[in-house]
Amino acid sequence: MAITEEPPLELEAGDPLPEYAEQPLGVLTRPSGNTGIASWLFTVDHKRIGIMYGVFAMFFFLIGGLEALAIRIQLAVPGNDFLSAETYNQVFTTHGVTMIFLVIMPLAAAFANYLIPLQIGARDVAFPRMNALSLWVWFFGGLFLCSSVIIGGWWENAPDGGWFNYAPNHGVAFSPSKGIDFYAIGLQITGIGSLVSAVNLIVTCLNMRAKGMTLFRMPVLTWMLLITQFLLLFAVPVITVALFFLMFDRLYDANFFNPDAGSDPLLWQHLFWIFGHPEVYILILPSFGIISEVIPVFSRKPIFGYKVMVFSGIAIGFMGWGVWAHHMFVSGLGPISVTAFSMSTMLIAVPTGVKIFNWLATMLGGRLKFNTAMLFAVGVVSMFTIGGLSGVTHAVAPADTQQTDTYYIVAHFHYVIFGGALLGIFAGFYFWWPKAFGYKLNERWGKWNFWLQIVGFNLTFGPMHILGLQGMSRRIDTYSEGFGFELWNLVASVGAFVIFLGVLIFVINIFVSQRQAKHLPPVGPDPWDARGLEWMTASPTPEHNFDEEIEVQQVDEFWFRKYDIDDDGTVHRIATGDEVAQPGTATGVHLPAPSYWPMVLAAGLPFIGYGLIYNLWLCVLGGLLVAAGSFGWVFEPADDPDAHHGGHDDHGDHDDDPDTDPEAAAALDAPEGADDVAIESEEAPVG
Amino acid sequence: MVDSEVLDEQAVEAADASHSAKVGDHQPGSTGISNQKLAMWAFLGSECLLFGGLISGYLLYRNNNQDGPAAAEIFDIPFTSVSSFVLLMSSLTMVLALSAITRGDHPRTRLWILTTALLGAVFIGGQVYEFTSFYREGLGYTTSPFSSAFFTLTGFHGVHVSMGIVMLMSLYFSSVRGKLKTENAETVEIVGLYWHFVDVVWIFIFTVVYLMAKGI
Amino acid sequence: MSSETLSDTVEAGMHDADHHDADHHHHPSDRKYVGIAIGLAIITAVEVLTFYVDFGPLFIPSLLLMMFVKFYYVCGWFMHLKLDSPMFTKFFVAGLVLAAGVYVVMLSASQLWDNI
Repeated sequence: MAITEEPPLELEAGDPLPEYAEQPLGVLTRPSGNTGIASWLFTVDHKRIGIMYGVFAMFFFLIGGLEALAIRIQLAVPGNDFLSAETYNQVFTTHGVTMIFLVIMPLAAAFANYLIPLQIGARDVAFPRMNALSLWVWFFGGLFLCSSVIIGGWWENAPDGGWFNYAPNHGVAFSPSKGIDFYAIGLQITGIGSLVSAVNLIVTCLNMRAKGMTLFRMPVLTWMLLITQFLLLFAVPVITVALFFLMFDRLYDANFFNPDAGSDPLLWQHLFWIFGHPEVYILILPSFGIISEVIPVFSRKPIFGYKVMVFSGIAIGFMGWGVWAHHMFVSGLGPISVTAFSMSTMLIAVPTGVKIFNWLATMLGGRLKFNTAMLFAVGVVSMFTIGGLSGVTHAVAPADTQQTDTYYIVAHFHYVIFGGALLGIFAGFYFWWPKAFGYKLNERWGKWNFWLQIVGFNLTFGPMHILGLQGMSRRIDTYSEGFGFELWNLVASVGAFVIFLGVLIFVINIFVSQRQAKHLPPVGPDPWDARGLEWMTASPTPEHNFDEEIEVQQVDEFWFRKYDIDDDGTVHRIATGDEVAQPGTATGVHLPAPSYWPMVLAAGLPFIGYGLIYNLWLCVLGGLLVAAGSFGWVFEPADDPDAHHGGHDDHGDHDDDPDTDPEAAAALDAPEGADDVAIESEEAPVG
Repeated sequence: MVDSEVLDEQAVEAADASHSAKVGDHQPGSTGISNQKLAMWAFLGSECLLFGGLISGYLLYRNNNQDGPAAAEIFDIPFTSVSSFVLLMSSLTMVLALSAITRGDHPRTRLWILTTALLGAVFIGGQVYEFTSFYREGLGYTTSPFSSAFFTLTGFHGVHVSMGIVMLMSLYFSSVRGKLKTENAETVEIVGLYWHFVDVVWIFIFTVVYLMAKGI
Repeated sequence: MSSETLSDTVEAGMHDADHHDADHHHHPSDRKYVGIAIGLAIITAVEVLTFYVDFGPLFIPSLLLMMFVKFYYVCGWFMHLKLDSPMFTKFFVAGLVLAAGVYVVMLSASQLWDNI
C-alpha cells in the first residue's frame, strides 16, 4: 500500500538509475544478491519459497517418520515396553500433527508456490513478501510445535491428546503437561501461515493470469490448488476459534470445555471437525491435481473431461462443508443429525468417484509410459480408491459405530493420506524435478523407490483393516497375547521399515541423480513432451519465469503449439518443445526485491507462544519482533535500486514506452503491486 | 466458494478489457480489480467464519451463568447503546475520509481519519469501563461459561478495533509526512473496509448479545 | 420512516454518482453518506427502544430485521459493495453464508433452539 515511494515501473534503456534521495526513516535498504544463504533466507521469489517449503517439509517428514517407526516398534509384539504409555500418547499425537500440518500441507504449498505462477503464466505471486511471510510463519510454527519434544525434558511436554484432541481430555485436569498448550499455540501459528498464503494464492489465481488464460483454461492442478486455498481461507478461522477457546481454557481457566461448569464438550468436536473435514480435502485435492497433470502426459492423451474434473473438484470443495459430523456418529448426536450427515457423506463419494473414472478414461486407449512419476500417479488412483471405499463404509452409521476408534479407521485414513496425498506428491517430485533443478531423477532408483513404498505401504496399512475389524483399538500403547493381533501387527511393523527404506532410496536418488546429471546433456525445457505453460520456459526455471508474456488460446496451450490436429483427427507434430519454449535468457526484468522483514515478523510469533506458556516477558520480546517486522515492512523502500535493473533489453517485441503499452505494464505491474500491501498484510495474520 | 461460471465470464471480459488502455488504473489484474482490495475482501470473508464461531460459542453458553450474574441482569443497555452509536458514527467519518482523499483534500482526510481513530478509542475506552464494572459486579472471566464466552467474543472484537486504530494512526502519520497521496486513496479505502467490517460485526453483537438478552 | 429516509438518500446518491468521473468507482457524495448515517442512527434508536418498550412477539423478529437493514446499508454503501466489482460481494457472501450454514447446523445439533 503505497506509503513507500514508487519507482518508475520500468527503465528506459540508457536512463540513469532513479534517485533514491530519501530512505524513509533511515531504515535498511533491501537485501540484494542472488547467491549464498542470505539470498534464500530473504528471498521473495515464489520458486525459492516453494523449494524451501519442500525442503523444510521433508525435514519434518523425517521427524514424523521416525515417530511412526517408534510406534510400529512398540506395537510389533504384544506387551512391549519400548515406549511407556505416556510417551506413546505423545508419539502418536506428534506423528499425526507433524504429518498433517508440517508435511502434507506444506508439500502441497511447495507445489502451489512453485507451479501456480508458472502454470498461469505469471511473473510471481500477487504478494511476494506475504508469500515469504507465510513460509516463515509456518516454519517457525512447526519448529515451535516440535520443540515441545525437547523443552522441559525428552518426551515430557509433547502434546498427548491425539491430533483431534477431544474435550475434556485436553483440559489441564487430564493432560497436565504443557503439551497441549504447544498444540494450541503451534497450530494457531501455522494457521496464520496458511491463511496468509491462501489469501495470496487466491488473488494470484484470480488476478495474475496471462493474457487469454481464462479460469477454464487453467490447468487442473492450478484449479485444485485454488479450491484448496478457498477451503483453507474458510476453514482455518474455525480451528482458530477452537484453539483460542482451548488456549483460554488451559491458560486462563475459561469455561469453554469444562464439564464441571456445565460446558458442552461437543463444542470442541463440532468446531474441530467443521475445520477437520475440509482439511481432509485440503490434504487430498493438491494430489488429485498433480496426478491430473502427470497421467495425461504419460498417456499421450488430454485429460478426459477437463470441465467435469474441475467441477467435481468444486463440488468436493462445497460438499466438504456438509459432512463433518460423520466423525461424531458415536457422540450421541441424535438420529436426525446422524441420518442427515450419513447421507451427505455418501453423496460426496460421487464427485470423487467421477474423478477416478476420469483418470481411468484418460489412460484408456492411451500410449501409456510407466516411468516413476506415472507409477506413483497410478498408485494414487488405486490406493486412494481402496481408501475411498473404506470411507464409504464409515458413512453408514451403524457400521461406523463398530469401526470408530479401531485400527480400521487408521487403515482408512492412511490409505487416503499416504496412498492418496503423499504418493501424489511423490509423483509430482519425479515429474517436476527437472523443471525445478534442471535434471531428471534416476528411473532405476525411482522404481525401487516406488515399489518399496507401495509394497511397504500395503504391508503396513492393509492388515490394519483386519486388526480393526477384529476389535483392536487405536491409541492403546500395547495389547495382550491371544486376541489374534500378533501376526498382523508384526507384518505392519515390517511394512513400516520397508516404507522407510523406500523413502531413504528417494533421498539417495536425489544425490545420485544430481551427480549423474553432470555427465548427461541438459534436460531442456520440456523433457516429458508435456502440456502446461510451466514447460514453456527453460529448466531450471529462470528467476524471471518467462521472457515475455504468453498469450493463451486454449487448455494445454503449450501442447497445441507443438502439435496440430487434422480434420480427420490425426495428430502431427509441428514443433519441438525446445523450439516453442522461451530460452529464458532475458535480462533486466524487473523483479520484486528481497526483504528482511517477513522473517523478522515471523520470528516473533514463537516467542509470543513460549511467553504465553512460560513467561510473559518473552511475549514482550516476540511482540517487539512483530512490531519491528511490521514497521520495517511498511516503511521498506519499494525497491532496491541496485537489484535487477539491467538495461532494458527484455520485452523485445514491445519496446515502446511502457506507459502506453498495457501488456508490458501488466506484466511488470504485478510484482510491483506486491510491495504495496504493507498495512493490511501486516494485520491479516493477526485476525 | 465463488461461483466459478460468473468468475469465468468476468475473466473473459477482463481479458478483453486488458487489451484496451489500462494505463493509469491502479492495479490491473486479470479480473480488472486491484490485488489489494481482493485480498482484503478474501480476508474479510475468512473473518466471517472467525466471528461466526465466537458468536456461536456465546449463543451456546449465554444462559449458562452458573452462580454468577446472568446476561440480562448485568448488561447496561443505555451505556452500550451509546458506545455502539459511537462506533456506528466512526463508520461515517471513515467513509468521509475516503471521500476527502478521493477529492485530494488532504487536511480534511487527516481530520476524518483522526476523528475515526478517536471514536474508535472512545469505543475501546467504553469497553474497558464495561469490563471493569462487570468484574466488580462479580462477572469474572472464569465465573461461568457465559462469562468466558462473553468476554472472549467482545474482547476479540475489541482487539480488532484496536488494530484498526493502529492502522488509522499509521495512515494519519503517513499523511502528515506527505506520503499518503491522492493516488493512494485505495489504501484508505482498504483500511476503511476493515473498519466497516468491524463495525458490522458490532451491529451483529449489539443486537444478538446485548439487546436480545432481555428476551431469550 | 427510516426506510424512506434511506431510499431517498440512496436514489439521491445514484444521481450524484453519475456525475463523478469514471476512475473512482462512482463514490457517492458526502451528503448521501451523512443521510445513510442518520438513517442508521434512527434505526439504532428504535433498536434501543425495544429495551424499554415491550414489542411482544415482534421483539426478536423486529430486532433481526433492523440488524439486517443496518448490516445491508453499511456493507452496501460504506463498503461500496453495491458499486464495486461483484467479485467482492461473492467473497463476502460466501463467508457469510458458509458461516451461517455451518454454525446454525452446529447449534441445532447441540439442541440450542430447544431452550429458547
